[in-house]
Amino acid sequence: MSRKPFVRPVSKTGWWLKHPRYMRYMSREVTCVFIGAFALLMLCTLERLSKGPEAYASFIAAIQGPLSVLGLLLVLIFAVHNATSWFNVTPKALPVQIGEEFLAGKYIIGAHYAVWIVASLVVLLLAGVI
Amino acid sequence: MTQLKQRLVQLEVLRYDPEKDTEPHFQKYEVMCPEEWVVLDALNAVKETIDPTLAYRWSCHMAVCGSCGMMVNGEPKLSCHAFLRDYVGMVIRVEPLANFPIERDLVTVADDFIDKLKRVKPYLIPKDPKPIEQGEYKQTPAQLMKYRQFSMCINCMLCYAACPEYALQPKFIGPAAITLAHRYNQDSRDGGRDERQEVIATNEGVWECSFVGACSEVCPKAVDPAGALQQVKVASTIDWFKEHLLPGGSK
Repeated sequence: MSRKPFVRPVSKTGWWLKHPRYMRYMSREVTCVFIGAFALLMLCTLERLSKGPEAYASFIAAIQGPLSVLGLLLVLIFAVHNATSWFNVTPKALPVQIGEEFLAGKYIIGAHYAVWIVASLVVLLLAGVI
Repeated sequence: MTQLKQRLVQLEVLRYDPEKDTEPHFQKYEVMCPEEWVVLDALNAVKETIDPTLAYRWSCHMAVCGSCGMMVNGEPKLSCHAFLRDYVGMVIRVEPLANFPIERDLVTVADDFIDKLKRVKPYLIPKDPKPIEQGEYKQTPAQLMKYRQFSMCINCMLCYAACPEYALQPKFIGPAAITLAHRYNQDSRDGGRDERQEVIATNEGVWECSFVGACSEVCPKAVDPAGALQQVKVASTIDWFKEHLLPGGSK
């Protein structure tokens, strides 16, 4: 008997539309574009800062329009999605075995959120916001 | 004996005859099935009463042997574990496991997975080999728990069917094989990690994984291959730092 296995084609671009779990994955991955854009903005801000207080002030004024604020809000939403979606899977990568038991995932996730909150408070404190 | 309640089940099964067909096509079947049956029972009823040419693999009918993996309405499932009561009012579309070539009907070619499984040496390579007269290799319950979950794999390949990385890059060693390598690496009696790392801590190995997590979602034995792969990444990264940053550091 002859063999003639059939290989089903795979769409290189549309595969992630085939299942909600792939779309969830892509929603996490696409956050890098927004975070990358924000990192670029931070670099530009630093560059302006190095040129003196006036250059910095005018740059800050230029990015306070409604469109900029909307863009930054989008970046914030994607950054939070990036952080939470990664935090929520940390127990998989970092299991903590205590004797014959494993520490429940909620404590490992919780520890990440706790460090996140503390780090945010420290940054806000250093920035003089609180 | 009370008669089980019967229901007409509609199936759409992907058929492929390598001797006649140039590509697969769907064929519809209607068969009376008791409510309690699973998709595999419905296929058996089709084969026994309607179409004896239908080809598919199965053996244990109890989610242990791992032979009857199929796509049921687009989801990788053990067909012995896909209950008809979960598909009431639906046409049940049955296809061969995704990401594997189709041999005939619902039978796939599993050679690629078997080759990869061999490459990761999924067996105990004793750390301190000793003659059998000196007795067994002992292990504490805590040492057992470290890998027990990963030892539950039944090689059903549902994780490969769910993995988009494997679909796009068939060289990827993939979830189950890397998980089984990890299972032996985590075993206190084993000394084969260096040999396995050469296969799994590579671009074709664990670094092809981008942590979609689909493997763990479809695993019928709750093995959590995605967890195993991330743990291999962490351990391999620590290896790298030890090798490159510690004075006199070599594996």
